[in-house]
Amino acid sequence: MMIDWAHFTPVSALVGGLIIGLAAVLLILINGRIAGISGILGGLLTPSRGESAWRAAFLLGMIAAPLLWLALAALPAIQIEASTPLLIVAGLLVGFGTRLGSGCTSGHGVCGLSRLSPRSLVATVLFMGAGFATVFVVRHVLGGV
Amino acid sequence: MRTLLFAFVSGLIFGLGLLVSGMANPAKVLGFLDLAGAWDPSLALVMVGAILVGLFGFTVARRRRTSLLGHPMRLPDSTVIDRRLVIGGLLFGVGWGLAGFCPGPAMVALGAGKAKALIFVVAMVGGMVLFQVFQSLEQRQHRTVGS
Repeated sequence: MMIDWAHFTPVSALVGGLIIGLAAVLLILINGRIAGISGILGGLLTPSRGESAWRAAFLLGMIAAPLLWLALAALPAIQIEASTPLLIVAGLLVGFGTRLGSGCTSGHGVCGLSRLSPRSLVATVLFMGAGFATVFVVRHVLGGV
Repeated sequence: MRTLLFAFVSGLIFGLGLLVSGMANPAKVLGFLDLAGAWDPSLALVMVGAILVGLFGFTVARRRRTSLLGHPMRLPDSTVIDRRLVIGGLLFGVGWGLAGFCPGPAMVALGAGKAKALIFVVAMVGGMVLFQVFQSLEQRQHRTVGS
């Protein structure tokens, strides 16, 4: 393994993580709800009484974050290298998979691991493992798509 | 009203955290997932930071019946590790590795006006709709078998 020291950003990563954790803790302590993005988005597709408005408000907040940032400073890089067909396949897999597995990086990864949930630990190990394996195949077996 | 305001603020802070951390950048996410290449371990520290705060907050949350606004605490109660969890996690991981996007960062990139993020989000919602269809077919089958 070779560490990419040029791109390693330990301070901003750790600080960003603390901010993400703070957001998740605020939502559970104030609203009593889990900050799982796939669950919040997917929940809007099967509306249940009293659960749609807060979900929409949370997602609007996420979408507004880069706009607030832009009002104060230049946005950090967001580089999307995948082609359109690849983005479509990836989106379908992420949408279907997160609903089938009841969570994503935020619900299982952040909230679930913080709750010490064995179920979330299994999910996190599996999606991280599948992510590592997929990038290995794409970059080092197929040589990039 | 306060419920909506705090949900919005929580989403806003979450999005800012994703931007600060670098997770909103698919190129950086793929750099983390590329163990065999030039590996950027940053995102492991994002998880460490988030979980450090989360451990404290969820310990407090677990001891409470209601939230500060008086809502019931909706902490997940499922503990089953079944085929759905395993297959769902694996499918999600493959999709994550293909584009470098998971749901949260995709929403933030959408807000940043990235056309490719819109394509991803539309496909992701499509995947969620497909899941609903799959689930209702499955339930119908169960009912048929049951009767």
